[in-house]
Amino acid sequence: MSEIVAILFGLGDKLAAHIVLAASAIGLGILVALPLAVWASRSQAVSRIALGFASLVQTIPALALLALFFPILLSLRAVFGEDLPTLGFLPALLALALYALLPILRNAVTAQANLDPQVLEAADGVGMTGWQKLALVEAPLSAPFIMAGIRTASVWTIGAATLSTTIGQPSLGDPIFAGLQTQNWALVLAGCVASAALALVVDALLGLVERGFAARKRWMWGAGLAAVLLGVAGALFYQSGGDDEDTIVIASKQFSEQYILAQLIGSQLEKAGYSVEYRDGLGSAVVHSAVASSAIDISVDYTGTIWTNELGRSDNPGREAMYETIVEWERANTGVRVLGRLGFENAYAFAMRADRAAELGATSLEDLVPLAPQLVVGGDPEFFERPEWVSVRDAYGLRFRRTRNFQPTFMYNALRSNEADVISAYTSDGRIAADRLVVLDDPREALPSYDAMLMLSPRIAGDEDIAAVLEPLIGAISVEDMREANFSVDREGEGKVSPREAARVLAEKIGL
Amino acid sequence: MPPTDTDIGGGKTIAENPSQTGASSAILRFEAAERRYGEVVAVGGVDCDIEAGSFVALVGSSGSGKSTLLKMVNTLVEPSGGRVLFAGEDVTDINQARLRRRVGYVFQGIGLFPHFSVAENIAIGPRLAGEKLTGARVAELLELVELDADMASRMPDELSGGQRQRVGVARALAGDPELLIMDEPFGALDPITRDALGEKVRELHEQLGLTTIMVTHDMAEALLLADRVLVMAHGELVADEAPRALLEGAGGDIAQGLVAVPRQQAERLAEMEGRLA
Repeated sequence: MSEIVAILFGLGDKLAAHIVLAASAIGLGILVALPLAVWASRSQAVSRIALGFASLVQTIPALALLALFFPILLSLRAVFGEDLPTLGFLPALLALALYALLPILRNAVTAQANLDPQVLEAADGVGMTGWQKLALVEAPLSAPFIMAGIRTASVWTIGAATLSTTIGQPSLGDPIFAGLQTQNWALVLAGCVASAALALVVDALLGLVERGFAARKRWMWGAGLAAVLLGVAGALFYQSGGDDEDTIVIASKQFSEQYILAQLIGSQLEKAGYSVEYRDGLGSAVVHSAVASSAIDISVDYTGTIWTNELGRSDNPGREAMYETIVEWERANTGVRVLGRLGFENAYAFAMRADRAAELGATSLEDLVPLAPQLVVGGDPEFFERPEWVSVRDAYGLRFRRTRNFQPTFMYNALRSNEADVISAYTSDGRIAADRLVVLDDPREALPSYDAMLMLSPRIAGDEDIAAVLEPLIGAISVEDMREANFSVDREGEGKVSPREAARVLAEKIGL
Repeated sequence: MPPTDTDIGGGKTIAENPSQTGASSAILRFEAAERRYGEVVAVGGVDCDIEAGSFVALVGSSGSGKSTLLKMVNTLVEPSGGRVLFAGEDVTDINQARLRRRVGYVFQGIGLFPHFSVAENIAIGPRLAGEKLTGARVAELLELVELDADMASRMPDELSGGQRQRVGVARALAGDPELLIMDEPFGALDPITRDALGEKVRELHEQLGLTTIMVTHDMAEALLLADRVLVMAHGELVADEAPRALLEGAGGDIAQGLVAVPRQQAERLAEMEGRLA
């Protein structure tokens, strides 16, 4: 409990970012929805199209909607130029605003449709122009209902804004995603508590505004509105204090190793006097584009990932050739500087429980071929879409009974609870040793190599001071050291540490 | 305006064409005024003059087009053919907001603004014209419709139906209109309130020198309040008589059919009274 409280006090900047993002999204939603509602009240066709579109948007999962804005904004760069941000605040704002549209629009349209026709006739009868009617009669009479819609939208938006972490926008989702990956439930709870409390407070304040509108009590809605505006202004003020042009932004994807390495890189830079900011829990697919566009400055990526995702290659030229090709490709095509390899591989490998493997007599993928039709294979969410899987499947002719997707953390639990017989593990994963798993051999070399590389964005690619600070990391981390650090974060109970602490221990071990 | 030879105070003939007389003392003139909704003819070519200072009742059964004709005056309904002239000007040429301030409008729904106080409701017309109505003027208007001055701060939902319609009348009078048009103004009120308010309106009509047109389906109300009764059926004017003439049998079958209802009721009541005596 006290741990959660301590975490909550450290969430100030995430809370401020969350408030600014949610408030901006709701504000934009209102700005679009209200004029649209007025138009819709004067045209059946507009009403149908607008409500239909808003409902359609609502059927898209929020996570997918957020992710979709990355390719959309990327393609819009053709129009708005290369400076258009594709990650972070802008796509989060647009996706959440779209999401907020429906409740506001629907309530506003319904309120307009339910206005007393006698009152509207009277408004015409006393000589009001269309605008006067809107301002003096329609708006004040619809206000409580519109406010109810804004309330609903606000609660939704505050909840959904936690997902914007995945596209590189800091929010209260940061502790939730970080906690999920490292099985730090206090962190998850703290994020949930903070975001739920924020939603409840905003709901109560907007409820006051709604009742104030309905009862026509100016002090009531005035007080509610003032409190909300004050909160947003406070968040903006808090945020503007922490902004710094020279800050180096370090990304991490959604697994422990990435969190630890980000902290390791960050502390190395801080020691040298740089100020550092972390973008934790980014979707794996967006990290490379974020570095290439200098939205973030430093990431750790893997040769196999870049090889298939960015170069679009499915052949396997061997470990060294793959690395050399990537360094050259990045230099020529994206301006990203590959500073070097950290020394360990985090490759895909197939792992089984030792007792199960012994029981089936399996030591390599070859052995698995006749057994596969009885077995369930588990993989991380992207694995079964990746060419590695296709290549292994086709190289050995593997036909499993069933394939299942798990978050990386839960994949190992699935193995333990017999929900999966084989999983796509990662070679640097500490749980391979901890759970005494057997990694199956790959005699046909179907799985490509995954050397961890340090990537620098074009913005800092030419900065030799930064390169010098990070140089000691190159070739310094063995797979055993990485496994140990990963396990110290992933394990449960005694000895479980935060990624920051694990990074400190790792730094000590490699002599930094 | 020069005097003309059109008869004043209730035309006897509906066939006459006032537009041929040029200028007249009519404050309101319908010239072949017509309103169609697709194939449906709501009002089909009405010609009629309304003299300044007259109290005209427009009577007819439901769907006869009487409300539609009335709403052409303040362009709540725009004519699809012909013209409506207000003080010699085509109403569709007059700035709509200005026209509606010069024509007080009272209707069955009343349509008080529920978020405005009584005073704000009454003051809305002048407020739209950029004037501020003083508390004294609001009190004066409330007094005209026999409401206490302290009603000014009440909200509409605190009033009875009769009180609301009195506020509705006060609102229509707030802008010193030249013409008062009323669409079934007392239709939703109980008989006693209805009677009292009817007489009050007639009194105000005299007192303020108004020209008043009242749409009603109740012939008794029309006969008792108006000094000229227009009867409509199927979108056309079928009778245009003084109340006394109607009671004496003028105006044709449709008008007489409408007159027969209150007359028979009165006769039966008188008969019952005789029997009781």
